[in-house]
Amino acid sequence: MKTTGARLLRTLLERQGIHTIAGIPGGAILPFYDALHSAGQQRTIRHVLTRHEQGAGFIAQGMARATGRAAVCVATSGPGATNLLTAIADARLDSVPLVAITGQVPQTLIGTDAFQEVDTYGLTLPITKHNFLARSAAQLLEVVPLAFQLAESGRPGPVAIDVPKDVLTATLEVTDWPAPGGAVPPPPCPEEEIATLARRLAAAQRPVLYLGGGVISSGAADLACTLAQRLSAPTVCTLMALGAMPPANPLFMGMLGMHATKGTNLLLEEADLLLGIGVRFDDRATGRVAEFCPHATIAHIDIDQAEIGKIKLPYVSLVGDAADILRRLLEHLPAQSRPAWRTRASHLRQAHPLRHPPRAEDPLHPVNLCQFLGEMLPIDTILTTDVGQHQMWVAQAYPVRRPRGLLTSGGLGTMGFGLPAAIGAALAQPGRRVACVSGDGSILMNIQELATLAELRLPVAVLVFNNGQLGLVRQQQELFYHGRYEASRFDVVPDFAALARAFGLRGIRLDPAGDPLTDLAEALAAPGPCVIDIPIEEHANVLPMVPPGAANHQMIAEPELASLHA
Amino acid sequence: MPDHSPSFPLPASSSPPSETATGNCHVLRDKPPAPTAVLELRVRNHPGTMSHITGLFARRAFNLEAILCVPLAEGATSLMLLLVAEEPRLEQVERQLAKLHDVLSVHHRKDLSPGFFTRLTAAASPAPAG
Ligand SMILES: Cc1ncc(C[n+]2csc(CCOP(=O)(O)OP(=O)(O)O)c2C)c(N)n1
Repeated sequence: MKTTGARLLRTLLERQGIHTIAGIPGGAILPFYDALHSAGQQRTIRHVLTRHEQGAGFIAQGMARATGRAAVCVATSGPGATNLLTAIADARLDSVPLVAITGQVPQTLIGTDAFQEVDTYGLTLPITKHNFLARSAAQLLEVVPLAFQLAESGRPGPVAIDVPKDVLTATLEVTDWPAPGGAVPPPPCPEEEIATLARRLAAAQRPVLYLGGGVISSGAADLACTLAQRLSAPTVCTLMALGAMPPANPLFMGMLGMHATKGTNLLLEEADLLLGIGVRFDDRATGRVAEFCPHATIAHIDIDQAEIGKIKLPYVSLVGDAADILRRLLEHLPAQSRPAWRTRASHLRQAHPLRHPPRAEDPLHPVNLCQFLGEMLPIDTILTTDVGQHQMWVAQAYPVRRPRGLLTSGGLGTMGFGLPAAIGAALAQPGRRVACVSGDGSILMNIQELATLAELRLPVAVLVFNNGQLGLVRQQQELFYHGRYEASRFDVVPDFAALARAFGLRGIRLDPAGDPLTDLAEALAAPGPCVIDIPIEEHANVLPMVPPGAANHQMIAEPELASLHA
Repeated sequence: MPDHSPSFPLPASSSPPSETATGNCHVLRDKPPAPTAVLELRVRNHPGTMSHITGLFARRAFNLEAILCVPLAEGATSLMLLLVAEEPRLEQVERQLAKLHDVLSVHHRKDLSPGFFTRLTAAASPAPAG
């Protein structure tokens, strides 16, 4: 078959089973857009035109995070490529399978400072799992399936393919089509190591499971819950693992670390064995590492050999797919009851609840809001967040009941993630309600995607927790910079409901003086996209909090609230 | 950072410098040179590989003291020898190296020392200035 590089690229994506891609065209990538167009009646790939390439990157991320399969974003050379970088770096830190395709100037012009030339290969090198500069149309036959294989195999991550314009326009004859690329299973973990871990777990008095994003990406959430049950092991989750265990499970101890409840961090102090599964001992989770789980033997399961011993030297380490390891581990483990340890965990949980005013008194307190959202939204809702206090309130108080039920930028902490990720999730999971909890700072970072949302009419509700501040910055300035507030307050906050209407969307502003929760419930019950502006208290803090660099037991609690509402 | 680099370039000489010689170094050391390790990498031979590898070290503020890279057989792969400081975090760097798609294998070459690189440089007789 005679074809061009551009049509070959389209066909290779079709063969990967890609139905939706997000991007923005421009000179260098135009031959590819023409190839999309020329598919005509046979067209299977839908292109979502975003309003900024970062939006395209995060829409692809939303699709990938909601499904676990690699998703594609496209941009032109130069500014198109640089605009994608943040979304690519974000995918790297949260191990999200992403294939980013960028146009490049023709190869004869590379290195001449040509119009819209940047070294995309060099720029993406440190933020991708792997990157390619395709040097011929024929190379695409190898590079495209390999990009998907690398993105989805082992620890997932982003892969960038930079395609010069002359590669897209070149013609070639294709006779043999490569098999689509996909996840290649890692080598199985040796049986002896699993048996060793099983013995160590059986001998523990006070085991704790510490679940990370790897549990979600390997589809091991149910197995992890079974393991917790089998061992009677209280379980903590990182931000990335929320949803791995239903919050109603009596063994669930919530998120650990910087914004954990006190009981959770205290429990970790008492543990004699900590089994980390798909975790990387991030400093937001461990606090000062030297004082993390001081009495515990560490066991670590991860698919990435380089994570073993990176931060904490484990006594037992198992490298492989978490689901495979847990399935085999369970075969070695009889049920263990550990009644005293279970009682201790539930005592700690009850003794240190999240402190917040009662709903009747302060319905728009962020903790009350998150709990209310948990009651109002269907169980299979996908909730995305932006970055800031609202994100941490969601992590603390919104019940994430399913794996992939919460999509949030954990590792990079990128403001602007929430709205495009929500659009991507809605594209990938039709029929499901998607909500994005954002802040009045974050939402403005990709606000232009409201236009994309208005075009797509997806069931995305954007909830702006509006405190008129860069709240998390303000909180840090209050707590750690003696209240010297600099550049954390907005003098002008837009009318978000009016803004939504200007984009052609439903816009609602809740009135604290009226019956805001009823209005909120109504707004959420109505079909289609909307923006709900929720005025919240300007100076509310996310507590408790471990100061950055401190040990997890050095938590700042909520003195005022504790005395008011104890 | 302790200075333990095998001071390049060495003056051309017919006899290879001894392994312990510090060449034209004027500094009197009061402690022995920091230990070094030689890593042998088998890598894919294409224009991006070197950036991937040097970038990985640079991001961790890890100095590459010496690099040797030669194509193997058909030229699809290369052999790379790296001289680096033997530090505890080297193990973590090696694991990260092993994860790179362009890196096919990583081995410690316990049989090689910094002198291996200094001898090669000496043999190459630096071009006259100007
Ligand atoms: C792109 C980006 N820039 C800066 C930051 C630093 N930062 C973290 S939280 C935050 C404030 C977020 O404000 P807002 O979205 O209003 O959320 P709130 O904390 O008020 O809930 C800032 C500026 C960031 N995480 N991402």
